[in-house]
Order: sequence, then C-alpha cells, then structure tokens
Amino acid sequence: MVADLLTIQLLTELFPNGISRYAIGGLFVGLGAAAIYAGTAINAGASTFLESTLSYVSDRSRFSRYVRSRDWRLVFTLGIILGAAVYAVVFQGGAWTTDVAPWRLLLGGIFVGIGTRIGKGCTSGHGVCGVGSASKTSIAGVLAFLLTAIITAQVVAALGVTP
Amino acid sequence: MSTAGGNEGRHPLFMPLILVGGLIFGFGLGYSHMARPEVVLDFLQFEDFGLLFVMFGGAAVTGLAYVVVPRLFDRAPLTGDSFGRRLKHFDRNVLVGGGIFGVGWGLSGICPGAGYASLGVGNLPILWAIGGMFIGAYAQGVWRSHTAQSDSAPASAD
Repeated sequence: MVADLLTIQLLTELFPNGISRYAIGGLFVGLGAAAIYAGTAINAGASTFLESTLSYVSDRSRFSRYVRSRDWRLVFTLGIILGAAVYAVVFQGGAWTTDVAPWRLLLGGIFVGIGTRIGKGCTSGHGVCGVGSASKTSIAGVLAFLLTAIITAQVVAALGVTP
Repeated sequence: MSTAGGNEGRHPLFMPLILVGGLIFGFGLGYSHMARPEVVLDFLQFEDFGLLFVMFGGAAVTGLAYVVVPRLFDRAPLTGDSFGRRLKHFDRNVLVGGGIFGVGWGLSGICPGAGYASLGVGNLPILWAIGGMFIGAYAQGVWRSHTAQSDSAPASAD
C-alpha cells in the first residue's frame, strides 16, 4: 500500500503530464516512419530536408547530391506540417505560440543545422529510425546530443533565462 | 544509393505515401507536444521525462517494422529497393556533430522534425529556429566543400 503510494508519487513527479500523450504521439511518429519504410525502404529523417532544399538555391556539391530526393523530402516536410495542423485543429483548438525568446530559437537553430549535418542525423533519423535499427552509430549520436542538450538547457536555466 | 530518389518511373503512389507518412509523423509530433519547445526544455531540465516515451515509443514501432516488413516483401512495393536497417558508419563526426546538435537543441528546445510540426500547430515564431537551421546547414555545407574536396561519402536517406 505504502509502496503503491510511493510509486504513484514518483510517477507524478517524473511525468507531471502523464505518459499517454507522449506514448501515443511517439507511436504515431514511429508509424509514419514505418509506413514510408514499408512502401519505399526509405529510412525517413527530417534533417536532410535542410540540405536537399538548399540544392534548389545553391549548386554546391554538398547540397546537389540530394537533388534526386529533394522533391519527396519537400513533400514529407509538408506532410509533417499538415499533420501537426490536423492535431492543432482537432485537439488544440487553434494556434499555439511559444514563449521561448527568438534569440534562443535562432541561435539554437543554427547549432542544430550545423550539428545535424556533421553528425549524420537528428532526433528522427538517429533517435527514431537509428535506435529502431539498433544502430550503434545512432545510439552514440543520441547519447552525445542528449548529454550536451541537458548540460546546455540546465546552464541556460541556471543563468536565469526563462523561457 | 537508393533509387528511390529518381524522378523517372516512380510509382504513382510514391508521393502520396510520403505525404501520408509525413502526415502521421507530424500528427504524432503535435500530439506528443514535441512541437512545443517548452516541453522539450522541461525534459532537458528533468521536470518531465515524457519525451523518452516519444523517442523510444517511436523507435519501438520502427524497430518492429525493420523486423516484420522484410519478411512480408522481398523488395519495397513502390520503389523496388531492398530493405535495410538504418546503419551509418561511425566516426568522430557522429559525436562532434551530435554534441553541437545537442547544444542547439538544449538552447532552443527544437529539432528539425519538431520544428516543421511546430509551424503546423500555428507557432509562427518557430520560423526563427527553422531559418537558423537553414543558416547552419548552409554554413556547414560551404565549410565542408572547402575543407574536404575528397569527401565522397555516399548520399544517405536520412
């Protein structure tokens, strides 16, 4: 009885918003990637879209090697935007806007853009498809970005930046 | 390299499947609240560990697909490509790039897929982050074309 209460209290502390939204959302994320994989054998990831889309405006070899895949990557990204919009209309009841400061979004975005391209993947490529593949490379990548992300977020919070 | 990227002879259902897959993927990112930087920052500050269920829940489904799908089909129905797991060569860049990615993720609370989804939930300020990602990817591409002309790593379907 006491143990049960402690368990409940611990769960409430670790997951103050419950786990269903996260688990259900995660299943959908995996299902979207799995559907594409089943039909096409493509391991879908979100970050190559950055380089493949840059190939529309730059001839650099680094980007032009994605010319062949840039159209479907654009469609995949449009799908992500539309899917999230469906969620917003059905469950959220309208637009939602972040309070995180624009400088954090811009500077963080620049680091994300650099890092994901050097590190061969992001949270969807390494985190969802790579971990699902039990790829040691992806697991190492995930551990690397989790570590520096936790340190960065904790330092920024300790410096009193909110949010 | 996958032939899936080719323009000619694509299956008529190729693009529709990519769109539907993206829709499901993006809906999941919205439903899981990953499109909200605040929720990701709460995870990184140890205030809500729900993100683990998103990443590993998603990985469990793709992991199942990697096991089941190749037993159902010899080759992918829409591309004719053979099925492989997502395995990439490990080198120092995975750790260096992952580390840099993490700094950006910890600073902004947003990653590429969640960024696009964030636009979908009506979060227009996320355009700062998406713009930053393009700047970063462009800078990295320019820098890499200067430093490594011999970099001929095969294009990947990441």
